[in-house]
Amino acid sequence: MTVVAQAEVAAPPATSGRRIAGVLLHDKGAVISAAFLALIVLMAICAPLISAITGHGPNDFDPAAIDTDLGGLPRGALGGIGAEHLLGVEPQNGRDILARVAYGARLSLLIAAAATVVTTLLGVVLGMLAGFYRGWVDQVICRVMDFLMAFPALIFMIAILSSLPQGNRPVLLVAVISGFGWPYLARVVRGQTMTLVNREFVEAARASGASTGALVFKEILPNLRGSLIVMTTLAVPGYVGTEAGLSFLGVGVTPPTPSWGQMIAASVGWYAVDPMYFVIPGAFLFATVLSLTVLGDRLRAALDAGDAS
Amino acid sequence: MMARYLAGRLAGMVLILFLVCLFTFLIFFTLSPDPAVLICGKTCTPDRIDQIRGVLGLDQPFLTQFFGFLGGIFAGRDYGQGANLVHCAAPCLGYSFQTNQSVWDMVVERLPVSATLAIGAAVLWLLFGIAAGLLSAVKEGTWWDRAGMGLALGGSSIPNYVLALALQYVLVVQLQVLPFPQAVAFGDDPVLWFESYLMPWIVLAAGYACLYARLTRANVIDTLAENFMRTARAKGLSPVLTMRRHALRPALTPITTIFGMDFAALLGGALITEKVFGLNGVGKMAADSIAKNDQPVIMAVTLLAAFFVVVGNLVVDLVYTALDPRVRITAK
Repeated sequence: MTVVAQAEVAAPPATSGRRIAGVLLHDKGAVISAAFLALIVLMAICAPLISAITGHGPNDFDPAAIDTDLGGLPRGALGGIGAEHLLGVEPQNGRDILARVAYGARLSLLIAAAATVVTTLLGVVLGMLAGFYRGWVDQVICRVMDFLMAFPALIFMIAILSSLPQGNRPVLLVAVISGFGWPYLARVVRGQTMTLVNREFVEAARASGASTGALVFKEILPNLRGSLIVMTTLAVPGYVGTEAGLSFLGVGVTPPTPSWGQMIAASVGWYAVDPMYFVIPGAFLFATVLSLTVLGDRLRAALDAGDAS
Repeated sequence: MMARYLAGRLAGMVLILFLVCLFTFLIFFTLSPDPAVLICGKTCTPDRIDQIRGVLGLDQPFLTQFFGFLGGIFAGRDYGQGANLVHCAAPCLGYSFQTNQSVWDMVVERLPVSATLAIGAAVLWLLFGIAAGLLSAVKEGTWWDRAGMGLALGGSSIPNYVLALALQYVLVVQLQVLPFPQAVAFGDDPVLWFESYLMPWIVLAAGYACLYARLTRANVIDTLAENFMRTARAKGLSPVLTMRRHALRPALTPITTIFGMDFAALLGGALITEKVFGLNGVGKMAADSIAKNDQPVIMAVTLLAAFFVVVGNLVVDLVYTALDPRVRITAK
């Protein structure tokens, strides 16, 4: 962490947000990760544009790109990568992989972002309620958390998703992921709220007649900010992975809508003859999760260093 | 004091398992398509559906069905009447809608596969994870440390099904150093057995090993900065001895907690790994039964997984108390 240390010495006293931004800007790993994530987000937003430029939609079949004599394998080396299809095509139907990866990114990122927002809201509200009011409120919330954390979440998520009628899959995925995800955040928020409530500045605010709302939003919440940012950023890669995993197991996004996990699942039968089919979505998934993890990790290091100084 | 603590914990465990059971049952009762129609198949008449409902007790109200299921686990239960009566002996989890096999027998048959997978993977990830973490911590700041931790960060970001496909492609298709994983008993062909489990073990262990390496490193570095470590060095103890006698225990105790919970969760089935490699364990059974809406089997795997998690938690707490005297329960 020499980089952090140098920045600490060099930087003039700045607000914590600016200091952390400065530290992260000097960190090669963080910059590369952020740049890659920006690229993925841009790709997701511009998915229709990419399709328009290359002339291949995510569900357009291209019989010319595959060889029916070879059981529908893509023509050309590396899964049909070439000028026409920049990342190759799917075997059997010739769908453009670039278009599907771009559209898949839309859904994967949207689900992960929505799950993060819902989980954070639930975790913060319930965690603070438990830590602030104690007593029976705390008891009830803690029991629910224990129960949810003892639950075999993956099996149960799959069971719920498969037994539910074909509703709006992305919304269901978000509901299920956040329904099982909030206790991990709430537990930390509860613990920190409990210590904060007894601190002098909160008591001073209370004594000077601050309302409960003011106590919560002006005194306690700002002090939770650091750990909230870290916990949330480190949870996002988990949600990206969970969505992909559920889609991989066949209970996530329904075909023909593309998602990364589902693309990898579709490639399982082809890995021996057309490895690029799983390598490309797999690489995108891996790089996205890695970038999010690195960014979260560096952010935590920067915030911890700030606390220590 | 200990007995009272244990009794309380056991009561809590039973309550959680009961709730898991109730919740899962409720979900299936309200959301799932009618199992009688599923069992009946294509050549179906309304009479036949009614008959199946009667035999399985599906025409009963929710609570009757639920307590029927619960009673079956402890006392066994009977399906149908008269000549068609089928008795399901004590740990009765019902019969699969798909194969008519006893669910308990199915679980007992597949559990050894999941256990073999979990134990082998656990040995791998503990060995490599802790060794890499220790090395990185001792050589903190060197390129060893950076390379190791970079690798750990990367490794924990690979989804296990991607790793599974990549390994199969490289090791089986390209290099041909391993055969396709096959279901072989250890007694029949130990070599093929080992080769078949090797890839699943690696795939399952990789993610955990990376996580444990990072945890071990962080814990050891924290411990090395403690005052008692400085004292130990100051009184002339060699670095190796300080490490072994003073640093390892406080640094590794938190790992046991996490290990217990991870391992318990794996016993209930590694769904993705078992499915990708076609290993016939509890996890694959769960995935298959969910795909076919085989409710008795889904109920059983959910309960089994919850059971392992709850028992794992208890064991972890007991072991932790034994390892770390500071949290021992004291008489008031």
